[in-house]
Order: sequence, then structure tokens, then C-alpha cells
Amino acid sequence: MPLYHTEDQAMLAETASGFMAEEGTIAKHLRHWRDRDCKDGFGHGLWKQMAELGFTGMLLGEEDGGLGMGHVEVGIVLEQIGRNLTPSPFLTSSVLAATALKHGSDDMKGRYLPGLIEGESVFAVAIDETAKHRPGRIACRAEKAGNGFRLSGSKSFVIHGASADMLVVAARTSGADEDAGGITLFAVPRDAANMHHDPVRLVDSSVATHTRFDGVELDGDAVIGEVDGGREILDAMLRAGRIGAAAEGVGVAGGAMDITVDYLKQRKQFGKAIGEFQALQHRASHLYSEIEIARAVTIKAQQLLDEGAESAELMSSVAKAKVAKAAGLAVREGVQMHGGVGMTDEYDIGLYMKRDRALQEFLGDAYFHANRVAQMSGY
Amino acid sequence: MSSLETFREETRRWLEANCPPEMREPVRDDSDIYWGGRNASFKSDAQKAWFEACVAKGYTVPAWPREYGGAGLDAVQAKVLRQEMSRIDARPPLSSFGIWMLGPALLKFGTEAQKKHFLVPIARGEIRWCQGYSEPGSGSDLVSLQTFGEEVIDPVGGDHWVVNGQKVWTSYADQADWIFCLVRTDKANKYQGITFMLIDMASEGVSTRPIKLISGASPFCETFLDDVRVPKSYGEGIPAQVGEINRGWDVAKYLLGHEREMISGAGGGERAAAIGAAMKRHAAKTGDELDPVLRAELAMFDVDALAFTAMGEKFLDEAKAGMAHPAQPNMMKYAGTELNKRRHELMMSAGGSHSLEWESEQTGGGKPARGWLRTKANSIEGGTSEIMLNVISKRILDLPGA
Repeated sequence: MPLYHTEDQAMLAETASGFMAEEGTIAKHLRHWRDRDCKDGFGHGLWKQMAELGFTGMLLGEEDGGLGMGHVEVGIVLEQIGRNLTPSPFLTSSVLAATALKHGSDDMKGRYLPGLIEGESVFAVAIDETAKHRPGRIACRAEKAGNGFRLSGSKSFVIHGASADMLVVAARTSGADEDAGGITLFAVPRDAANMHHDPVRLVDSSVATHTRFDGVELDGDAVIGEVDGGREILDAMLRAGRIGAAAEGVGVAGGAMDITVDYLKQRKQFGKAIGEFQALQHRASHLYSEIEIARAVTIKAQQLLDEGAESAELMSSVAKAKVAKAAGLAVREGVQMHGGVGMTDEYDIGLYMKRDRALQEFLGDAYFHANRVAQMSGY
Repeated sequence: MSSLETFREETRRWLEANCPPEMREPVRDDSDIYWGGRNASFKSDAQKAWFEACVAKGYTVPAWPREYGGAGLDAVQAKVLRQEMSRIDARPPLSSFGIWMLGPALLKFGTEAQKKHFLVPIARGEIRWCQGYSEPGSGSDLVSLQTFGEEVIDPVGGDHWVVNGQKVWTSYADQADWIFCLVRTDKANKYQGITFMLIDMASEGVSTRPIKLISGASPFCETFLDDVRVPKSYGEGIPAQVGEINRGWDVAKYLLGHEREMISGAGGGERAAAIGAAMKRHAAKTGDELDPVLRAELAMFDVDALAFTAMGEKFLDEAKAGMAHPAQPNMMKYAGTELNKRRHELMMSAGGSHSLEWESEQTGGGKPARGWLRTKANSIEGGTSEIMLNVISKRILDLPGA
């Protein structure tokens, strides 16, 4: 398959970019909700609009009411989300949780999928327990209790945790904290007793929670897939989520670069546009090059994942790490090349820097993924 | 089975039958590369058999039309062939500036008779070409070149040019049969006063002198043109120049795109891209292990290298489909060469004192050190990294005054 979009994908990209540039703008959403100190950090109206376009269920099979699309298509939407810094539960709900729910029972799908597809429900995923992404170590425990389970422990960096109608929680049902096996995924409804959210606003104005489970009672039918069989589903979620986050990062990087290059053409010093200075031209061109490469490896990873190729695992980490490096460069160069106004809240470039920082951390940063690339390569 | 899958099956069978096992091993040194030409000789029977099988099938230039010695493959088939060759580590049957550079220029700008006359011998490895672009005073500022061709109207001996000047960095000029050369034919017109001329190196007045590099090797030459008589025509419909007289800069620019693409290493294959695992094995051979900080740098490098492999694939796919930005080869060249320099820096570090050896048997005559030094030319030849960044600024980012 060639590494560019098919005609259908190009059409979707046009729809998504038109929609986000019109409806999902920084002024209408990121600044709007931030300045009102919105507890969700995103707009439910936009989520409904995304549902009307079919975005919310795009990854779900047609038999489940979705569009049966793949990760290239998901990436197309996420790139536009990134470009406009649009706060939305798309990545956690329609990519990560949806990937988990594909493994759920028919009963569970019936309970959660219609709400997702309609844009009525928001889902969160609770994986991390420490300040860094360490999915290999899960200490949160679910003990057998009657016909169900009792969940204890705590999770961090649960994006949209307090807004979510359901949380996909990775918990240990057997073995030691570092074991690969013994993991079970649970769909925990928002009204579960003894679940406590401590919401915190993050640097990018998104809202995450520290979530504590003090013996949360769960029915057996809250289990996604098999008991002790959660690792494989979790890995599938992580692959999809990381490649999705990479696509969003490409959008953040591209957006930051575009406004920076525009600024280089407009801002005059010493009687000419600062973009005439070779010192800045070369840095901008280097940045262009890095973003192009990040975009290429992201679509490569998306295609491999859609093909079910084994190398999707390696390339998901390559993509997440490469995008992290390129997007980090984009926002740092962006602020620097904007000069003093780059430090002001009035200009958008700083918002890109903040979003990039949060996205870097989500599902593993460049260091985590480069280390993973080394491990998978045998060193 | 789709026609493409059938093609893949057939290709796989053909490679199995025709690519000898010796031709599936990594290239160890320059003698493993077959360049063709009047004075060429094969290193082994396997090299000869593989070359001849490919010539017969049109696989030295798979995407060229059949009438010019190619196999007439479309973009998708050519990609399948590349993948299948890379899968078994098949060596290229023929390496040649005729294939990489002159061929594409002729295909785009040549007359029909010129194509027939020059392309077939390139595809068959009969004529080895070199490139005469840079001059001692014209490096990054190539368009200032001064090698001059004076037009002589000669009703008796035939109209011809008399060419005088000096070229430098002419790759393998001392082994080439012909040179494609930028020659100023109008001193009053900077850009539209250059002609893209094809000159037989056996002509009187052509001489070459190898330049010894820091690697100890001499892949480049100085080429001197002293009163070289170049006929204006090599036959019916076969002018000595490609494109029109005085419009050679258009051909040169087009060709530079191909050269930059070639130097970038696009399509180099993923297995060659990452180096961390090989460096660990290398260290293990001497009972050593990688320093953690070196391992970390190798990991960061491998991320960039694997990502660049995807970039190469995307670039080639888009180029074949006519979707790539025309200035994109400059970006590929910039990124690919900077990456390759970094690769060799890390390989030198991982190799430790062993990689310093200049002539020893265990290093194959100093391959690591010489290879490392050779890569320093990557970001200079074919346009420096700084020139590449200038071009990106101007043509892609549209920055003012660039």
C-alpha cells in the first residue's frame, strides 16, 4: 500500500480539516472552555457534532453501529484535533476505550457503544499509576468477591476521568506488580461506589484525575474480555492510542510550524521580514524536514496496524518517539522565533507548547519509546 | 489472486532462479559493485551471471520502457521488485550514474533518437558515465561555472564545439567512458547560457587526475578539458546536448533532484537503517557491552533512522504518483545525509579503538574509519546541507528573500 491517503481518505481529511478549522478552533474551544474554567475542559456540543459526522464510532465495526474504519482514518481526525488544539474525548473514548470494548461481551457493547456512537457518552482510561507511563507495572488490585470483584488502588493521569461515564481500568487479578500476566480490564461505571476522583487541571488546560478505588464493588460482567487476559487487550489499546497520539502530535507540530512560518513572513525588524534572515530560515527548514519525517512514520505505523502486521508494535514506538521529538522542536522553535510575543497568552504559539508537553507524556514519552525500540531490537 | 500478487510470485520465482547466493550477501567493498563500462571486468562468475540475467530481463533499469533496455514496470510493480530484492538482500546488478542521473534526464529532455542511442548502452552496462558539474570556482554557486564551449561552424569537418575548462569532484572520471557536462555557451546570460553536453572521454584534450581524500580513497577526480572538439551531432536526430542549447540549467536542476534523492538513501531498506543491535553484538564479540549513555544515543538514532526509512518509502511513493513537492528531494538529501553522518559517528564510538585501525585485516583495511570519513562528503556533494536548507526555505516554505 502506498504511503499516502487513498481517495476516500483524502476526502475524509478534507471533511475533518474543514470541520475542525470551522467548529473546533482555539477561540471557540480551547480558550473558551479554559477561560470559563469548565470542569470538563471540552465541549459536549462539539462531541455531538463529531458523532453526527460518524467520527465517534469510526473505529467500531459496522455490526456494532460504527463505520468500520481503520487507524489511518482515526489519524486523519486526530491530526486536525492536534492542529486546532481542539479539546475532545475522541482519543480516550473513540480510540482507546473503543479498542477495549471491541473485546467486550455483546451485553457490554450494548451497554456502552450506542452512547459513544451518539456522542452522549465519554470514556476514560485508567492505566498509569506513577508519574511516568509504566504499563508493565500494574499494582492496582481486583480481588474476587462473591460473583464479582473488589477493586483497590489508585491511578494517575486519567484524562477526562471525572467527566467520564465509564472508565476502562487496568487492574491486577493475579501475580506480582511487574508480571506481564494477571491483568484484567474492567469497565467501571461513573456511579460506582467508593471511586474517588481528584480532578487536576493540567498545563494544557485539560483536566485529568488522580482516581482512588477504595474497594469498588464490580459485577462479573464488568470484566472486558477474560479474567487475567487483559494484557493483550491493553497492548492493543496502547498500540492504537500511541499511534493516535502520534497523529495528534503531527497536527500540533504542523499547526505550530505554520503559525511560526507565517509570523516569520510578517514580523519586521531591521527594516525587513525576519524570515529573510538565514539564521531563522535554516532552522525553519530543519523543522519542516523533521515534521515531514514524523508524518511519514506515523502513516506507516497506522497502515501497519490496519494490516495487522507484527511490526506495528515496533513502529508504534518509533512513531510516538519521532513525533515527540519533532513536535517538541516545533513548539520550542515556535516560541523562540515569535520572540517576546511568544511568551504572551494572547498569541497561540504558547498553547501549542503546552499541549505538546501533555501529549508527550501521554502513553509514553520519547525516552520511554526509544528505550522500547532498543529493547524490541535486541539491545 | 490479483495480478499484483501474481507478479510478486513470478518475481520471487525469477529471483530464486537467477540471483546466485553470492549476490545475496552484503556489499563488502567497492569491488563488489559492478559499474559496467568499456573497461569493466567481473569480480566473479556469480556477479557476471546475475548482471546478465538482469540485463536480459530489463532489471538493471526495471522502470524504463522496454525499447530502451528496461522492463517497462509500472510504479507499483517496480516497488514490488524492490521489496522482493531487498527481502533476499539481492545486490544491485549494475550501479551507474547513467542509470541514476543521465537516464532520467534523457527520458525527460532527450530526443527519441538520443534515447535509443544512449539509453540502451546504459541499461546494458556498456558505457560508464560521469558527471561534470562543479568547477574549482563554482561549488555551491554552481551557476557561475566557466568551462566554455565555443561554437565552430565547419562545413568540411562538421560543426562542433571547442570546449575549454576544468571540472572538479567528477566521480570516477578516471574510469568513465563518457561525461555529461555543464558547459557555458553564452557568457552574457548566466542561467540561460549553459548547455548540457555529452562528451566522449576518449576525445583528445580530456584528461583526469584523481583527488586523494581524507579517507585515503580517490572516488573523485579533477577533469581537464583542453581544446576538446565535441561534434554538434552524433547522428541523425542525436545532438551533442540534452535539451536545447543554452537551456542546460533546466536539465541540470532536474538532474540535481535525482542526485539528491540518490545521496539521501531513500529506499535504502529498513534493515540497514537501525544500528543499535549490531553495535551491541559488535561489543559482545570483545566481551564488552554498550555504555548506557551510548545505548541511549543509539536508541534515539534508531528512532530517527527507522522513521527516515518510512520517509523514504513515502517520498518514493509520492514521487511515482506525481504528488511529491518538486523541491522535496532537497529535504530528503538534507535529512538523509545528516542521518548518515550521525550513523557513522555512533558506529565509530561503538567500535572503540578497533574502529581506528587504518590498515588491519580485522577491519578490512580500515573500513570503519574510512567509511566514517567518506560520509563527511555526503552533506557537501550534490549541494551542501546549507544549500538544501536555502532551497527548502525558498521553494517549500516560501520565506521572503530566500
